[in-house]
Amino acid sequence: MQFGPLVAVATLALALVVSAEAKTVKVGIVATFSGNGAELGQQIERGYELYLRLHVRDIAPHTIEIVKRDSKRPDGAEAKNAVLELIAREKVDVLAGFVFSPDAMSSAPLATQGKVPMIIMNAGTAWIPKLSPYIARVSFSMWQAGYVMGEYAAEKMGHKTAIIGVTDYPPGKDSADAFRLGFESKGGKIVDQMPIGGPAEVPDFTPYFQRVKDAKPNAFYVFVPSGNHATAVVKTYANLGMRAAGIELIGPGDITPDSSLQEMGDGAVGLIVVHHYSADYDTPENKAFVKAWKDSYGANSTPDFMGVQGYDGMAAIMHAVKKLDGNMDGDKVMDALKGWKFASPRGPIMINPDTRDIIQNEYVHKIIKDGARLKVSVISKVDQVKDQCIELKVGRCGQ
Amino acid sequence: MLSAAVSILFDGLAYAMILFIIAVGLSITMGMMNFVNLAHGVFAAAGGYATVTMMRAWELPFLAALPMAFLIVGATSVIFERLLYAPLYRRSELDQVLMTIGFVFMAIGAFTYVWGPNPLGIELPPYLRGQVDLGFRSFPTYRLFMIGIGFAMILALWLTFERTLLGARIRAAVDNRRMAQSLGINVGRLFTLTFAVGSGLAAVGGGLAVELIGLRPIFAIQNLVLFLIVVSVGGLGSIRGAFLAALLLGIIDTAGKYVWPAGGGFFIYAVTVAVLLSKPEGLYGKRD
Repeated sequence: MQFGPLVAVATLALALVVSAEAKTVKVGIVATFSGNGAELGQQIERGYELYLRLHVRDIAPHTIEIVKRDSKRPDGAEAKNAVLELIAREKVDVLAGFVFSPDAMSSAPLATQGKVPMIIMNAGTAWIPKLSPYIARVSFSMWQAGYVMGEYAAEKMGHKTAIIGVTDYPPGKDSADAFRLGFESKGGKIVDQMPIGGPAEVPDFTPYFQRVKDAKPNAFYVFVPSGNHATAVVKTYANLGMRAAGIELIGPGDITPDSSLQEMGDGAVGLIVVHHYSADYDTPENKAFVKAWKDSYGANSTPDFMGVQGYDGMAAIMHAVKKLDGNMDGDKVMDALKGWKFASPRGPIMINPDTRDIIQNEYVHKIIKDGARLKVSVISKVDQVKDQCIELKVGRCGQ
Repeated sequence: MLSAAVSILFDGLAYAMILFIIAVGLSITMGMMNFVNLAHGVFAAAGGYATVTMMRAWELPFLAALPMAFLIVGATSVIFERLLYAPLYRRSELDQVLMTIGFVFMAIGAFTYVWGPNPLGIELPPYLRGQVDLGFRSFPTYRLFMIGIGFAMILALWLTFERTLLGARIRAAVDNRRMAQSLGINVGRLFTLTFAVGSGLAAVGGGLAVELIGLRPIFAIQNLVLFLIVVSVGGLGSIRGAFLAALLLGIIDTAGKYVWPAGGGFFIYAVTVAVLLSKPEGLYGKRD
């Protein structure tokens, strides 16, 4: 007779009874799992799942249950419905995800009413954390890369004139303002600024870029949502021969995400962008992260900044679970997150206790060719960047 | 100023070619069978994926992959036409819309399952990259190539339609389907053939568009509105109409973006409204 398994089961049952406070923390994820932003949602999902899988023991005896909702279009309406349902019916302890800024903006009032912490894993419009005291952002603010890029372009790259082209939605406007202030603070001049299509569909960028080519600025600063838009931007830049015409394409790293870098072709070589993450960073934390990612999702899958943001977001949630021993009261969770520090694959990060926004390093990337492969080389970095929009009290950030 | 006008005309022409190649098949099928086919973009997306796959997995050159995409997608589309479309020919437009829009979403799911949600791109051959200097100014080579292909296709379609017996039959069926049938033309089979050619053309358009706007599963629906505009402005079932509409909309859209970027999609819709107000059946549409 075999008693082994029976004894094990009995012990387990006993253990469950004894640690009666073993809690299941419900995390509602709202991200774009289909449609235009499907690849972004996939990165975020893979990121948080990876962290959860690697660190599930850290929060024992508590466990995390994920409830996924698709926010589909980038207009905020689906996300709001999903959040309402997650709070009212699913009674989630924490909300997380939010790929597009409108999704976070429309959902913020619900988080406040329900007192449910909301971990922003992407949406980068600067003033989003101001919309609710229950928001903490682990991703980035558009201002971080935009402002640093502006300063760097004028000061280090020696550009005198620039044109700004951004996708026509809130983070685009943010990115443009940030670059303008940074660029002008170091004596640069913005000669033109234009919206270049919307976030929902990739337009034919050629007419916009041709207009810029004919205006002959030193630099062309572009922000578009990473993914398909970005590939089209780099290809159009190359096909129009703008580099040979003396116009340098610059922008936040959204225009050269790791996950689509190899699709961009040689037109990407030499591009300089500012960002908070690349899979090519040569640090022990990042190497371990990329290896774990590829072991889980295949050698052809590359994490990009979205993936890391999902990963770090889950780290933040699990930090709160551990610290509060599974008692996920909304206000206590927010207190636990304020000032939280983490050795992320992107470098050291921290949640600013005053603004609940992220503080992180910004890196200047140069795209180089390494054999047949395109690669990010870090040529400069700025440590622990805060959001200049809030520091300088610009527009809605100052309210 | 002159340089700007040349830019606009050239870029607009290249853009118009893509619009025309994808929309012409849709125009003919809608004109002939009165079938509301919202799934036309599925075949364009399939053409894009076929092109990418052939170039990557089989290392076929781009110029060989495009005609292959035409053949593969055109042939495959016959299966869908027989299985999904044929049963709904005599049903109401709402049924047709529901079926084809459902088909679009299933196709997007299938593309995502096979190729993943990430955008795919192609590496153009060296002779299609960069710029060509035409003396007075230089033009992107790939856009010249698109214009060349576009005109070649228009010529081929025009010759087929105006100079062959097959073309005469198709025109007859578009003009008056019942009369054509009573004259012994097998409209059903003719339609299957046109459907295949239309889908094949969409596939070529999809393959050409990959370099321009990238390729993702959502490609199947993202420019649907634009194609429907080309079809309705041109008039159902008219090749000449589709061509003129593509030209008009392509150039006006490009001019709008160049001159006044903040105007966004205003121009294309303003022209559409103006044309349809004065000619509800489209530029070359038949009156019911």
